[in-house]
Amino acid sequence: MSIELKNVTYTYSPGTSYQIHALKDINLEIPDGQFIGVIGHTGSGKSTLIQHFNALIQPTSGTVSYNGEDVWAEKYDRRKLRSEVGLVFQYPEHQLFESDVLSDVCFGPMNQGMTREQAEEEARKALHHVGFKEENFDKSPFELSGGQKKRVAIAGVLAMNPKILILDEPTAGLDPKGRDEILDQIAQLHKVRGITIVLVSHSMEDVAKYAQRLIVVNHGEIAFDDTPKKVFAHFREMEPMGLAAPQITYIMHALKEKGLDVDPSDTTVEEAKQDILEALKKINSPLLKGGVKND
Amino acid sequence: MGIIKAVKLAFDYLKYDEDGNVQETQRAVDGVDVDIREGQFVAILGHNGSGKSTFAKHINALLLPSDGTIWIDGINTLEEPELWKVRQKAGMVFQNPDNQIIGSVVEEDVGFGPENMGVPTMDIWKRVNESLEKTGMTAYRHHSPNKLSGGQKQRVAIAGVMAMRPKCIVLDEPTAMLDPNGRKEVLAAVHQLNKQENVTVVLITHYMEEVIDADHVIVMDDGHVVMEGTPREIFSQVETLKKYRLDVPQVTLLAHELKQSGVEIPDGILTTEELVNALCQ
Amino acid sequence: MIRDITIGQYYPAKSPIHRMDPRTKLFGTLIFIISVFLFHSVAGYAVATLFLAGMIIISQVPVKFIFKGLKAIFMILMITMVFNILLTPGEVLWKIGIFKITREGISMAVRMAIRLVYLVIGSSLMTLTTTPNQLTDGLEKSLRPLNKIHIPVHEIAMMMSIALRFIPILLEETDKIMKAQIARGADFESGNLIQKVKNMVPLLVPLFISAFRRANDLAMAMEARCYHGGDNRTQMKPLHYTRRDHIAYVVLFVYLAVAIGFRVMGW
Repeated sequence: MSIELKNVTYTYSPGTSYQIHALKDINLEIPDGQFIGVIGHTGSGKSTLIQHFNALIQPTSGTVSYNGEDVWAEKYDRRKLRSEVGLVFQYPEHQLFESDVLSDVCFGPMNQGMTREQAEEEARKALHHVGFKEENFDKSPFELSGGQKKRVAIAGVLAMNPKILILDEPTAGLDPKGRDEILDQIAQLHKVRGITIVLVSHSMEDVAKYAQRLIVVNHGEIAFDDTPKKVFAHFREMEPMGLAAPQITYIMHALKEKGLDVDPSDTTVEEAKQDILEALKKINSPLLKGGVKND
Repeated sequence: MGIIKAVKLAFDYLKYDEDGNVQETQRAVDGVDVDIREGQFVAILGHNGSGKSTFAKHINALLLPSDGTIWIDGINTLEEPELWKVRQKAGMVFQNPDNQIIGSVVEEDVGFGPENMGVPTMDIWKRVNESLEKTGMTAYRHHSPNKLSGGQKQRVAIAGVMAMRPKCIVLDEPTAMLDPNGRKEVLAAVHQLNKQENVTVVLITHYMEEVIDADHVIVMDDGHVVMEGTPREIFSQVETLKKYRLDVPQVTLLAHELKQSGVEIPDGILTTEELVNALCQ
Repeated sequence: MIRDITIGQYYPAKSPIHRMDPRTKLFGTLIFIISVFLFHSVAGYAVATLFLAGMIIISQVPVKFIFKGLKAIFMILMITMVFNILLTPGEVLWKIGIFKITREGISMAVRMAIRLVYLVIGSSLMTLTTTPNQLTDGLEKSLRPLNKIHIPVHEIAMMMSIALRFIPILLEETDKIMKAQIARGADFESGNLIQKVKNMVPLLVPLFISAFRRANDLAMAMEARCYHGGDNRTQMKPLHYTRRDHIAYVVLFVYLAVAIGFRVMGW
């Protein structure tokens, strides 16, 4: 069970003077069960890339296959593919249209051929999984707050029971608490339902915290594809790409340079805290006069 | 009196039933007292729905108080019959860059405000040239706004406001729809205007990193001002901020966590440099 | 296909046509359209073609760009041609089943096609060389006399210029909404006509809501920038005719005279 891209190239307006190579010779495999982060600045080609995963875009050359089958073969059922590889776009306003939340989430499952009753069952499950409260099922999706709309949009795709869920900047425009809630819910989906997650994000802190694998797209090519720690070790090369490592990485590098024995590959606050405490203990730092409190 | 002064400011959103009677009132801003001095860079923090945008719209009289008073450069917005006179003192930049650019060519958009104010043609050109220069958008003056990046569009919007020669600019989450580079670009432009032109800036945001360089921070929750102070004073209260659905920059969080574990470092660390210096004396 | 519409798009350049007063261009486009209906012979169309080709060359707009605009009307063009060929009575050339193809039908179809194509090219050339703001300024000033009979000319012109600015944004948005719904299994292609119309709901609802939202935001942004109608408003780029425009008017009148002459002479 996997998505595989082989030598995928995508060109906008080929053959004209406006021709732009959005993707160049991409080779990539998305195996089952991973939590993958995708980063790249605006215009790097990352949006074009993820739209190849569920056949919204046909590559100019190269092949995209799902479970070994070419998704652009003549008889291939691409509608079925799209229910297995779910894609949630950035703005929930682009997909919400029904008069109440439950009906809106039913849209996907009913397109799969389910009856209203079956669809409602899937919709309820999906809404439950994104932490949307039952008492709001009858509300109009347009009355909801940004965070709630986002949940409904994710549920709308989740209700189709995808095996892979791709999310394009799911936290854009949310406040810090709303952002953490959505990301925790997505991590939960990965853990509990075993769904493969592809998370497109601008936040290095978020991908560092959640992703097991990080793909960096730059100028239509894959610049790095590794664990977040290993990718962020290249932070000096990432800066010219308009990207940066999480703030923690910079702190740890600076501390290391100043002679504190810490691991510069730390990317999250939790790791950094443990590491700094160890290092301070080792040198018997006067900063630890009161002893380490374990909370 | 400062350039923006609010006393017990309150605003109710009204919901009408089918017959046009008031069915429900919702108090979005409640008893806000604010005094902002000329030339200050003030950040207003708050989660979505905290009332910060509603408050901001009072500064250029897009909304008028239901209760209390707000003075902009000495003008009480409730007593001014020609509201556009308030608006030329306090310009406003909004969240969505696409929904505030009126012109189809950058320079024509920048000229829109002065045209409305009845500025003579020659002066409009002078103002447009100056504003484009100040926001670094001169090279794009003949471009279509649709072809610009998000950060560039917001700079055009800022130039459009600057051409009105306001004393104050209010930016309502100007970076919420931008990528990290666009955010930096817009913020740099705003800081430069504040420093070089001495324009008072009111920045509304929920990105904590954007607040660090402000002179003064106001935190709003549920229509009230709940915290006020310098960035350092605000960010040393990590737990309180979390209660208001906000967070702190990662470096501040790390410093806070270390302190909780017994490391003796000062409160409210804001930059990597400060933390490194505190740890490696 | 929606990306191919060039009407309403501006091609930046510094040609004499770009610098012309928009009123001259509006008037010129009008004369050209009239001429295309006046001409009805090969010689006449040749004159129109020469005139149009001349304008395109002077305008410095790449020909490719102008022809791209035709892609969007291709279907309409084909349908008009087929109807004209099949439904015009006259001398029968071929007969296939119940369909008759007549000499008059073919000539009518060709004429209609030329008119339609020239009409689109002519107006695209105007919008490609004139920013929407200039265009609406031109309209506003040319139509100002209508103010006397209480037609809100300034407001109409402002609405037009905003509409033109938002067309590309809304087209792009349509594309995004379509993709978001296709990702949820929506089907915009198969089914009969009623089914197809019904399938458009998930596209149209978000599009309308977004358009209203944008309208709301924009109204607020305009107010924030001191917009209070057309009263006491000055202009950054006020219109005034220059020598270039005077020459253009002479050329246009000569051209119109030729077109009328051809018609009168029956050429």
